[in-house]
Amino acid sequence: MKRNRLGPWLALALGAAYFLVPLIATLEFSLRIRRGTYSLDAYANVLSDPSFQQTFLFSTVAAVATIVAGTVLVVPTAYWIRLRLPRMRPYVEFITLLPLVIPAIVLVFGYLKLYNSSSILPMTGAAWTTNILLVCGYVTLALPYMYRAVDTGLRAIDVRSLTEAAECLGAGRVTIMTQVIFPNVRVAVMSGAFLTFAIVIGEFTFASLLDRPAFGPYLQLVGANRAYEPSALAIIAFVVTWACMGLIQVFARDPRSASLPTP
Amino acid sequence: MEQPLEALAGVSVAAPRRVPISWAWLGVVPFFAFALLFLLLPTAYLVIGAFQDADGHWTLANLADLWEPNIVSAYWISLEVSAASALGGATLGFMLAWAVVLGGLPRWLRPALMTFSGVASNFAGIPLAFAFLATLGRAGLVTTLLQSVFGFNLYRAGFNILSFWGLTLTYLYFQIPLMVLILTPALDGLKREWREAATILGAGPWGYWRQIVIPIIWPSLLGTTLLLFANAFGAVATAYGLTGSTLNLVTILLYAQVRGDVLHNPHLGYALALGMVVITAVSNAAYIILRTRSERWLR
Repeated sequence: MKRNRLGPWLALALGAAYFLVPLIATLEFSLRIRRGTYSLDAYANVLSDPSFQQTFLFSTVAAVATIVAGTVLVVPTAYWIRLRLPRMRPYVEFITLLPLVIPAIVLVFGYLKLYNSSSILPMTGAAWTTNILLVCGYVTLALPYMYRAVDTGLRAIDVRSLTEAAECLGAGRVTIMTQVIFPNVRVAVMSGAFLTFAIVIGEFTFASLLDRPAFGPYLQLVGANRAYEPSALAIIAFVVTWACMGLIQVFARDPRSASLPTP
Repeated sequence: MEQPLEALAGVSVAAPRRVPISWAWLGVVPFFAFALLFLLLPTAYLVIGAFQDADGHWTLANLADLWEPNIVSAYWISLEVSAASALGGATLGFMLAWAVVLGGLPRWLRPALMTFSGVASNFAGIPLAFAFLATLGRAGLVTTLLQSVFGFNLYRAGFNILSFWGLTLTYLYFQIPLMVLILTPALDGLKREWREAATILGAGPWGYWRQIVIPIIWPSLLGTTLLLFANAFGAVATAYGLTGSTLNLVTILLYAQVRGDVLHNPHLGYALALGMVVITAVSNAAYIILRTRSERWLR
């Protein structure tokens, strides 16, 4: 068996090189704002920019709202499909895959036409309704990842027995969802949330075309007008995301999850 | 698709006898309502609009107008970049996923790779474009290093970050991690017992691969490749951040159309969107068929 490990190591080394070189290059570039010496001036410029703080906050709030709304939509649906409507599964799965079929730009194009200010549901008419539309769009984008993560989590537990046991003990539907099912798929929800956050935080297409003050359009604006600040922003985006991922993973760590993959 | 329909018909016939089943439908109503409002209706609006002219009359003229050289070349470049980055991403992503799941590498590498894949797939979009400009742009680190250390001028050799190869190389940065994220659970489905059983029955490593792994894994592998294709085909932000509007991709063209009607015909914009949906729908239909196949084993 030892002989076979050369291949895996080689694959890993190549992958590591491909993924690390752009990060190193970006870091190096972001430090070059002063001629002949490395400095953190580009970072100082970015962090002191009020637009940076506002847009980043906006996108973070949008991401959290998306995760909450997505969880409330997906967990009960996936649970119900597993428990009571297994025959509906192909149809629900088909729909959860549609956001991968219909490109985001097509979706937002449709939103703009369907929910414009002269339509029945003029969601693009006011800022707060446009924000809701943005979050709904983000939930749609995250649907494939969220659903799959939760469904995988449900697969690992015996939904039927847990539900029956809870019912025998007198639990109602809401209690079963919040006290039994949700804690059991928490790890899966977290991995879905972690992907959702990844999708939303720097999202450009929806935010830009719905004209929302989000982080993605801000990045584009800086990229078009500055030389070194974009690299600093790319590094900041990377570091902040990495920190969030780390926190989520710590939060989601579950002693049982280690033994789950090999039942 | 026929079997579930028959089965559904069976349920509705049996429903009056068993009261709880008729209530079960309510549980998925919120989900379908959401899908209708934010997924199906917006798309249907564009699809219908693609077959209408400015006065609302039915017409195929918009579809015929898609054959303008400018639009055809936009579709073509998009198809090329998507196919190349999907195939490359699938191959390299599979190798990485395989290496950490079944390659006998140290255990800690797997969560490390999964976490990194999550972060790197987030690194799509504008920040990714910045990173690759800093790496392989005209003043990028790799470009200048190649020039100063090896005397090799990347750009004189014909490379350009704003070209097919530049864009493909950039797209791989989110394609590979996505493949790793999706495929790792599928590789987990390869039960150790199967390998043991194959070995007991006299299969060598090659026989195990050819008769167990490939037949079980290929639907997920091919299916995920099709997902990557659609993923690259619909990507806007990376290309926009990288090239502005210099590269004539179909998503960039549509973006410009949504912003300012550059085609001077809103309904041609709908047709452009329809064309994109048709292309991704074909690859997704194949994905669904393949997924049904792979579910048989990787349940």
